[in-house]
Amino acid sequence: MRDVAIVSFAQWNGIEPERNEVEILRPVVQEAVERSGLARQEIDFTCSGSSDFLQGAPFAFVLALDAVGAWPPIVESHVEQDGAWALYEAWVKIQTGEVDSALVYAFGKTSSGDMAEIQALQLDPYCVTPLWPDADSVAALQARLFLERSGCSDRELARVAARSRRDAMDNPFAVAKGDFALEKLLAEPCRVSPLRDHDCPTHTDGATALVIAAGERARGLCERPVWIRGIDHRIDPPALGVRDLTRSASTSLAGEKAGVRRDRLDFAELSAPYTHQELILREALGLPASVRINPSGGTLCAHTLMSCGLNRIGEAALRIARGEGDRAVAHASQGPCLQQNLVCVLEGE
Amino acid sequence: MAERCAVVGIGQTKYDAKRIDVSMPGLLREAALRALEDAELGFGDIDAVVVGKAPDTFEGVMLPENFLADAVGATGKPLLRVHTAGSVGGSTANVAISLIQAGIHERVLAIAWEKQSESNAMWGLSLSPPFQVSVVAGAGGYFAPLIRTYIRRSGAPEDTGIRVALKDRQNALKNPYAHVRIEDVTFEKIAGSPMLWDPVRYLESCPSSDGACALVVTSEAAARSAPRRPAWVLGTSMRSEPNQFHRRDAVNPRAGQLAAKDLYQQAGIRDPRREIDCMEIYVPFSWFEPMWMENLGFAPLHEGWKMVYEGATALGGDTPVNMSGGVLSSNPIGASGMCRFAEAALQVRGEAGEHQVDGARLALGHAYGGGSQYFALALFGSERP
Amino acid sequence: MGDADPVKAIVTPVRLEYQCSAGRAATRFLRGLAQRKILGARSRPGEPVYVPPRGADPRTAELTEEMVEVSDRGTVVTYSIVRVPSENIKLELPYVCINVLLDGAGIPFFHVLQNCPLEEVRIGMRVRAVWVPDAELAPAVTSIRYFEPLGEPDVPFEEIEEHT
Repeated sequence: MRDVAIVSFAQWNGIEPERNEVEILRPVVQEAVERSGLARQEIDFTCSGSSDFLQGAPFAFVLALDAVGAWPPIVESHVEQDGAWALYEAWVKIQTGEVDSALVYAFGKTSSGDMAEIQALQLDPYCVTPLWPDADSVAALQARLFLERSGCSDRELARVAARSRRDAMDNPFAVAKGDFALEKLLAEPCRVSPLRDHDCPTHTDGATALVIAAGERARGLCERPVWIRGIDHRIDPPALGVRDLTRSASTSLAGEKAGVRRDRLDFAELSAPYTHQELILREALGLPASVRINPSGGTLCAHTLMSCGLNRIGEAALRIARGEGDRAVAHASQGPCLQQNLVCVLEGE
Repeated sequence: MAERCAVVGIGQTKYDAKRIDVSMPGLLREAALRALEDAELGFGDIDAVVVGKAPDTFEGVMLPENFLADAVGATGKPLLRVHTAGSVGGSTANVAISLIQAGIHERVLAIAWEKQSESNAMWGLSLSPPFQVSVVAGAGGYFAPLIRTYIRRSGAPEDTGIRVALKDRQNALKNPYAHVRIEDVTFEKIAGSPMLWDPVRYLESCPSSDGACALVVTSEAAARSAPRRPAWVLGTSMRSEPNQFHRRDAVNPRAGQLAAKDLYQQAGIRDPRREIDCMEIYVPFSWFEPMWMENLGFAPLHEGWKMVYEGATALGGDTPVNMSGGVLSSNPIGASGMCRFAEAALQVRGEAGEHQVDGARLALGHAYGGGSQYFALALFGSERP
Repeated sequence: MGDADPVKAIVTPVRLEYQCSAGRAATRFLRGLAQRKILGARSRPGEPVYVPPRGADPRTAELTEEMVEVSDRGTVVTYSIVRVPSENIKLELPYVCINVLLDGAGIPFFHVLQNCPLEEVRIGMRVRAVWVPDAELAPAVTSIRYFEPLGEPDVPFEEIEEHT
């Protein structure tokens, strides 16, 4: 396997209704390319992640090419998945030896439509979607099962929320942030029992881009390349009643294949839109209590559907590049109740 | 550096306007099981699954591969979902092939599909935001003006499109999977069919179909145990360009030209017209055949229509095109690109039945999408490279 | 259950409402229409003017922030006569869909041609926009109702070939 490193990362999250997807994406892509040290034309491959249904238009990703400057024609692909999977496709392309560098980007405006309704479309169209279960309710089912199985209470969930929001204060791209006392959070009524507002993700719009490069190329481009030591992704069965929702088997398997526990970890960026899901993921990856989770505030504090997974990977890389750790695990998730999961182990030079 | 890769299993569903006899999972499994059977493998032998389809608005399900994961044997495995507009069937195959070439997996199942009867494809294609002019009626409305330009530039006779349609529709009669099969098709019947978007007539246009296509691609080592002759991948390529910009040539797009050149270089092809035995290319409106002949380097500029007139692209010609009946005969949008790759692979395996080109050893698969801006190509050969 | 026929299909109506942002570039264009102006955008003088503006030049991703007014007259670079109905389109059939390159613009765009016998529609013909009455002007593409023949001599194909 070729060594591949993340050499630059840029993101933007927020709500600016007067800008469309391309206008949001363009400066982010430009920043990532500039920081990479490569000229746009020197990047061999481009891959992106986005969703038509999120945008409310078919072929939504087509216009996004304007943000990239695809002329002369480029080698380019797209997945209808979170940008983390676009990163995977780009990593694979580098492994084939055909290319040495790649631009990966993702975007989505959760503010365009009704997230609860849109996400209900991801479920079984015959037996489940017609009931229109909103995403919070579906997650709440999982939360209830988890609390019962684990013996955790809503206090543990509130701890995740409080910690995340406190850490988010240091992240200019996080949207939900602040110093919240545990008791204050617990005094709030439930949104969908057992979940309260703070247990649910704060949706926002966003765009993310990063550049990866192979071996010597990466070393020549930045001070401290962040190597992708392992990357794997797996999916669980879709039917909510068929799998153990309190455990994430696909995350465990992906973590094993990516080599999460081969060595000590300094921190983890886990893409858990809901607080209880962080606890599920932590257990699934077998992370000891010493591993700090989501120093960025995580997806809970900035849920940019289709790019939040890529953000976790970028945030982890950012911290390693800055010397705030040497080895970390980054995770992305997709589908109802953590159905599909990608795990990535990053290590600084 | 890339590992060798071969197609050892091919499966297609019967294409039809409405496959109301199967659900979405059923549709995918029909193709997947046929491909696995062809390769004499089971779901358990597959390391990863790559699914491709076009806009989710065609079925009204967001990220449907999530709910289809167990139907395609993907649980516990890596699953990718590719979406590159109309070329997606091709790029899905290319992504699956990459996984083998990278040495990451031994056996990958690639499935491309569309069950567009569930929603309304023309509506799905005409959706535009409220501040854009609503005048382009579906794909035909978008491409007909480009065809008008090609006719003007090349001086091609006005009936070129009818000739291509006749050929493809006659070929479809030799393909049991094809959706549109008109037993008594004639030149006059096509010429007399209603004009939809001048100069494109009804019978010169693709149908809207439900369908799925699946490929099992493997490493060289795994190909050794394949029961039938493998179709070796001699090269793959992809190129994209923006759908509009100053002085863009949308009739003979540079992205298509470059994708072809890249592919030929990988496979050591110097004279495609002579060296490539046959091809399955993405022709949703019959006029695209002469246009792509030029774009892919089989005919000089403005002379693609001559190949049609000479009968070169007929089943018995020197460079048969769309022996299966092509997109003109079956068009499940998300799958159509992979159907082209599948049919090309069938040719070099000698398994195309009635529409087999004798002695085909090198076959080209081609898919395009968007405003003629995304291209995914592959070259298959009967001999190990 | 007894003799009930198996369920073969279900119909699930789906209705989703989206708020679409035209984006800054298109917003300026739409506001221009409300004033009977067609505004395109370019990255800097000498560069092509994009009408409607897309925010960036697709070739380079350079921002196109300089607004430039273009004429409401132009040339048909290609066209098609549409005879098939479409759910989203309210035009009477058959209608002529044109790709029109406005004078001063760097790219053509789709619109509709009226007041012209079908057999006279041709590549190179000169056309002009027909606007709604002043009272109906709005920041919407519908401020231009259609294009109609201008009555000027045709532009030779060679001059517009690169834009087709």
